[in-house]
Amino acid sequence: MARLELAGITKRFGSTEVIRGVDLDIPHGDFCVFVGPSGCGKSTLLRMISGLEGLSGGDIRIDGEVVNDVPAANRGLAMVFQSYALYPHMSVRQNLSFGLENLGTPRADIDLKVAETATMLQIEPLLDRRPRELSGGQRQRVAIGRAVVREPRVFLFDEPLSNLDAELRVEMRGEISRLHRRLGNTMIYVTHDQVEAMTMADRIAVLRDGRLEQYGRPLELYNRPANRFVAGFIGSPKMNFVEGTGDGDRLELDAGGRVPLPGRGFRSAAGQRVALGVRPNGFRPAGPDDWSVAATVREVEQLGDESYVYLQLADATPLTLHVAGQTRADIGSTLALTASADAMHLFLAASGESLREGLGQGDSEGDSEGESA
Amino acid sequence: MAEGGNGVTGWLTRTRGRGRLHWTDWFSYGYLAFGVLLMFGPVVWLLLSSFKTDSELQRFPPRLLPHAQETVTLEGHAKPLPLFEVTAGELAGETVAQVRRIGLSSQVVRLDDPGERIELSLDERTAVEAPALATANYTGLFERFDFLRYLWNSTFITVVATLIMLLVNSMAAFALSKYEFRGRATVLALVIGTLMIPQSVVLVPLFLITRELGLLDTLWGVIIPGAATPTGVFLLRQYMLSIPDEILDAARMDNASEWKIYWRIILPLSAPAIAVLAILAIMWRWNDFLWPLIALSRSENFTLQLALNSFQGEMQTEWSSLLAMTVLTLAPIALVFVFLQKYIATGIASTGGK
Repeated sequence: MARLELAGITKRFGSTEVIRGVDLDIPHGDFCVFVGPSGCGKSTLLRMISGLEGLSGGDIRIDGEVVNDVPAANRGLAMVFQSYALYPHMSVRQNLSFGLENLGTPRADIDLKVAETATMLQIEPLLDRRPRELSGGQRQRVAIGRAVVREPRVFLFDEPLSNLDAELRVEMRGEISRLHRRLGNTMIYVTHDQVEAMTMADRIAVLRDGRLEQYGRPLELYNRPANRFVAGFIGSPKMNFVEGTGDGDRLELDAGGRVPLPGRGFRSAAGQRVALGVRPNGFRPAGPDDWSVAATVREVEQLGDESYVYLQLADATPLTLHVAGQTRADIGSTLALTASADAMHLFLAASGESLREGLGQGDSEGDSEGESA
Repeated sequence: MAEGGNGVTGWLTRTRGRGRLHWTDWFSYGYLAFGVLLMFGPVVWLLLSSFKTDSELQRFPPRLLPHAQETVTLEGHAKPLPLFEVTAGELAGETVAQVRRIGLSSQVVRLDDPGERIELSLDERTAVEAPALATANYTGLFERFDFLRYLWNSTFITVVATLIMLLVNSMAAFALSKYEFRGRATVLALVIGTLMIPQSVVLVPLFLITRELGLLDTLWGVIIPGAATPTGVFLLRQYMLSIPDEILDAARMDNASEWKIYWRIILPLSAPAIAVLAILAIMWRWNDFLWPLIALSRSENFTLQLALNSFQGEMQTEWSSLLAMTVLTLAPIALVFVFLQKYIATGIASTGGK
C-alpha cells in the first residue's frame, strides 16, 4: 500500500522559488500524471518526492509517515529517468540486479526476480548486452525493468518517452499502462505532453510556475477546467478563446456578435471582461435562429476522415475548427459559427479563473494574461 | 595526396607527385629522415654501445658495431688464445694465436703447428676482430651490483605510488566534480593553483615534513609526498564532469551508498581518463630523480635512477656498466610507450602536461 501525500511543498534555489506550495493526495494504486509546460517545476517536484532533491518547506508523507529527511535509497521508490540513465559499463542483467545487490538480496532471489522481470518486459534476449548495443525502445524497457525488479512502493517516471520516436512512444505508452494494471502500484509520471497525460492517467495534476493549477480525473479536467490555462493546456488542438464583455445574460464579443450565456451552472459575468472558451469541435455552422460570429477561413487541413479549419475573427482572434469528415470550406470565405451552451466555458479575462460554479474560486491567483488564445 | 594504397606500406610510400617524386616529397621525406636520425640515433648508439667492452668504448675512431677479438682453442693450451694477423716479416699474411705477451714483443704459435713458439714484435701484428656482443656488461650488473634490488625498489615505488595516486586523485576529483558544497570553487582553484609552484620551491619544506614524519630514507618517503597531484585531480575532474548526473541519481535510487557510487559507477566510467593518468604517473615515477635523490640515502633503498647516478664516480666512470644499466632502465618505460602511446597522446592533449 502506498498513499502519497504532499502538503504545502515548496522549493527554493537561492532566491528563486520553483515550487510554490503544492498540495496533492495520491491514493494507493493511482496512476498520477504531472503535466505542464517546460519549466513548470514538475520534474523538480518528482525529484523532491524521490528524495534526490531536498524540500524548502512542507511535508511529504508516504502512507502517513513523513519522509522529508529519509534519503532517496530508503524511501522504497524507483525512478525511470528521461535519459534512461542505464549504467553504460554494465550488462543489462547487471543493470537490473545492481539495486537488489545493494539491498543485500540473496543471489538466487536476484536471479529469479531479474528473470521474471525480463520475461514480463520481453528483454530476455538482451540480458547479456551492454546498453550501447540497444535501441532507444529497448533501453527504455531496461530502464523500466530496473525500476520494476526492485518492487518499489511507488514508481516515478520522469518524461520517460520523450526520447523515443512517435510510433514507439504510442507503443510504450500502452505498455506502461498495462504494467500499471498488472502491478497495481502507485505511479507518478511526469510529462509535458497532454496526450500522454490524457491517455494514461487516473488523475492528472496540471502544474504551472510551481503551482498546482488543477488536480483531477482526465475527463474532469477536459470537461470542467478550473481556469483558462488548464482549458488551453488539456485537449488538442487547444481550446479557442474569444474575449468580450459581460452584459446581463449576454456576452458582447469584441469581434462583434452577442452570445447568450448559459445561465445554469455559471456565475454571473455581468459587467466583467470574459473569455469565452469553445473547443475546436464545439463550433458548428449557425442556423437562422442561432447567435453567430463571422470568421474568415485562413487555412484548411484535410486529413480525409477529419479536417481542421483555421479561421480569424474580425479582431484577428484566431479560431481552430475541427470538422468530422471532409469540409468544403474555401480559403478566404466567411463562415457564420455558433456553439451550443454546453460547449461553452467561461473564464474571467483578467485572472483566467473559471466562472463555472464550484470551480475556479481561489484555485488560481496566478495571472493568465500571458496566455494568448 | 595521390597514390596512397592500403596498409602501412602504402601509407609510408605515399607521395604528392604522381609517378615521380615532387620536390615536396624530397623535402618531406628528407625532413622526416632527419627527424628519425635525430630522435632515434642516440638511442641506437646507446643500445650498441651497451654491448661494447670498456676498451672498445675508449677506441678512437669509434665503430658502429660492437667488436671483440676472435679466439681459438689449441691443443696444448688450456685457455682460448686471441688471434692476430701478421702484417710484416716472414709470416706476413698468416693468422697466428698469441700465447703470451712479453714487453714489446709477443710469443705466438701458428695454427697448424701449436707446439712451436715464434717471437713477434707488437707492431708486426693486428688483432683479428669480428662483431660480437659483450654480454658481460649485462651479466656483470647482476653479479657485481645489486641490480635486482634497485629494480625492485623502482618497481615498488612506481606501482604503489601510482595506485595510491589514482585512488586519492580520483576521490578528490569525484568530490570536486559531483558534489555541491560551499567552497568547492575555492578548493579547486587552490588545487589548480599549486600547478604554478615549481617543485624546487617546495623541496625544502617537503624535506622537513618528510623528516618529521620519520619517512626519510624509506621507500614510503618517496611514495607518499607525491600521492596527490594537481594535474591528476584536474584531469580526472574534467572527465568526470562528462558523466551524466542522472546515472548517479539512478544509483542513489538503487540504494547505492556514496562509496559504492564512486567504486562501482564513477571509477569504471572514468577508466579512459584513469588509464591516461596511470601511464603518466608510471612515467613520472619511474623517471623521477630529484626527490628520490634527496629522500633516499642508503644504497639499498636506491632506485634505478639513483643507482645509475652512482656509477658515475668522481674518479672514474664505468661506462660499460652504466650504458647497460641505462638500457635496462629505459626498457620498461619504452615498452609502456610502445603499447600505450595512443593514450599518452590523449593524456598530453587533454592536460597540456607530460
